[in-house]
Amino acid sequence: MAAGPAEVRPAESNIGSVRAKSRWRKAYESSRLRDVPFETMSGVPLEAAYGPDDGEFPGEWPYTRGPYASMYRSRLWTMRQFAGFGTAEDTNARFKELLASGGSGLSTAFDMPTLLGRDSDDPLAKGEVGRAGVAIDSQVDMERLFAGIPVGEVSTSMTINSAAAVIMAMYIGVGDTTGVERAALSGTIQNDILKEYQAQKEYVFPPRPSVRLVADLIRFATAELPRWHPVSISGYHIREAGSTAAQELAFTLANGFAYVEAGLAAGLELDQFAPRLSFFFNAHIDFFEEIAKYRAARRIWARWMRDRYGATSERSMQLRFHTQTAGVSLTAQQPEVNLARVAIEALAGVLGGTQSLHTDAFDEALALPSDKAARLALRTQQVIAEETGVVHVADPLGGSWFVESLTDQLEHQAEEVFARLDGLGSGSMLEGVIACIDDGWFCREIADAAYEFQSKIAAGRWVHVGVNGYTDGDDGQPPTLHIDPAVERAQLDSLAAVKQARDDDAVRASLARIRTEAADPTINLMPALIEAAARHVTVGESMGALEDVFGTWLEHSFV
Amino acid sequence: MPDRRAGRVLLAKIGLDGHDRGLRVVARILRDAGYEVVYAGLRQTPEMVAAAALQEDVDVVGVSMHNGAHLTIAPAVVGALRGAGLSTPVVVGGIVPDVDLPQVREAGVCAVLGPGASNQEVVAAIEDAIAGVAGSGAGAGR
Repeated sequence: MAAGPAEVRPAESNIGSVRAKSRWRKAYESSRLRDVPFETMSGVPLEAAYGPDDGEFPGEWPYTRGPYASMYRSRLWTMRQFAGFGTAEDTNARFKELLASGGSGLSTAFDMPTLLGRDSDDPLAKGEVGRAGVAIDSQVDMERLFAGIPVGEVSTSMTINSAAAVIMAMYIGVGDTTGVERAALSGTIQNDILKEYQAQKEYVFPPRPSVRLVADLIRFATAELPRWHPVSISGYHIREAGSTAAQELAFTLANGFAYVEAGLAAGLELDQFAPRLSFFFNAHIDFFEEIAKYRAARRIWARWMRDRYGATSERSMQLRFHTQTAGVSLTAQQPEVNLARVAIEALAGVLGGTQSLHTDAFDEALALPSDKAARLALRTQQVIAEETGVVHVADPLGGSWFVESLTDQLEHQAEEVFARLDGLGSGSMLEGVIACIDDGWFCREIADAAYEFQSKIAAGRWVHVGVNGYTDGDDGQPPTLHIDPAVERAQLDSLAAVKQARDDDAVRASLARIRTEAADPTINLMPALIEAAARHVTVGESMGALEDVFGTWLEHSFV
Repeated sequence: MPDRRAGRVLLAKIGLDGHDRGLRVVARILRDAGYEVVYAGLRQTPEMVAAAALQEDVDVVGVSMHNGAHLTIAPAVVGALRGAGLSTPVVVGGIVPDVDLPQVREAGVCAVLGPGASNQEVVAAIEDAIAGVAGSGAGAGR
């Protein structure tokens, strides 16, 4: 890591001082608190955080113990269950159900063709329409997806990357057509393209024009969508692809630094956009390592933002994150056992101080969640929030010799990766990350870790209950969600109707504008994409126009 | 490490799904078991797979699917191979619900390896596929 400015900023002047605790207490006491008794079941009153007078406290630099002084005493995490399947109407009904049963935010899963910017009538989409998420071809589908849902009030998360700018344009269009101010739209779009080249592999364009699209959306959101998080920097998929916890931490934060540099290169002021960057981590089954990972992430981000990039606003230094339990930890064998895994993983996320949480459904190793499985997943979070009492005390494991040491070790391992990337990028993390995408380094590191783990299972040195141990009693599969093949037909008909009804000249003009503006990296593409969405240009058409200019990316195959 | 050439295996993901962790792990398991692995990787079509199978003269084709499109894609892969005049056996890996297994098998797929398949089950399924034994595998190999 390059040396940062040597001056001591006010945020740090407090560390090691006996004033640390009183300063935190003051911040805590000025926070609005939920109206619940902060005590144990037996009536023992609880402090909001524990530690020595000169120790680190939540909401205080370097935020290892949490971004806020009062944490869950003020506000529980957002229980945000990821949902999407079939047509826009199918998913709209699931959204309304989740909101009615106490979910506090929406999270949209798109089908594979939408994620890759292809329309439902694309030859490569055959068989995948509405399968792994909801099919969106045009703004008309987006309007159906959010019909009857107040988009100015509910916060919405959208998990999409390659086609993020195009889908975001359509969501803005939903607001525009229903009379909701852009400034009122709140939520998150994943829009983290770098980890696609490293792990999830849902890329379309080469890395550089893709990063430009990310930066365009950051710029646009900074100017017009003050309540929107334009990037969710995601370790989740890196971990699911097989990385270790330390790699997840390191690669994710490195990508974060790369986006910071891309935002600065786009002419933005750091403290204008950095507070809107958010993170998304995995909650795997190795309980304490996961908690240490979240703590290390907060501390690293604070240090880098202040010392390397010169942030002055505390909000730029405070890492906030969403968590999802580890899909890859779930088993198809004895699937009900997954309820126990998910509860443990979710608890790690909460003890690690997550701002929002998705708990996986127990049947997800078999299919998309059934209604019942989706409800049980949400109930698991409610048990943690309402019954266990773990929400009363922030960072309850802070000060544990074990967890503090693990936090330091993960931080150290991550710093080694940063040093490598920084060196390869000659002082630019963005260049270092792109260089390592180009030569396949991330993919090799992740594949090596995945294979090593599989070898451990094969050798019986790690027992996956129900898979390589305790295998009796597999009573067959529970009923799973079935996607009616009629979904694809219905979506194709609806797409044909949209194409029939629109003004073809306007569509052509919009596509020409996208191509022209794509060729000029100084222009922000968002206005052209919003105009195209309003004219019912499809996802595939807008993405195709961009691809004409940007080209296509193919990874190196290796074993 | 085995000292013989056990066979040539083509591994591919069909369609848009990018979840390649399983396919990459399987590639290494098979390589360690002495197979020659031709790794076609992501975004393959059934036609591309058939062309590669012909050109590389492989003994078995393994396709990985996590996108719920197995009922469309599995028959299409078998069909493309047969259309190219190849009798190469096809093994599917990934998430295929039990209720869909008979239909996938009827389409001409000789084994399905589900989540949690062990290294031995992976190798046994490929061995049996090459030997022309249908319905191989137990447990997670279905």
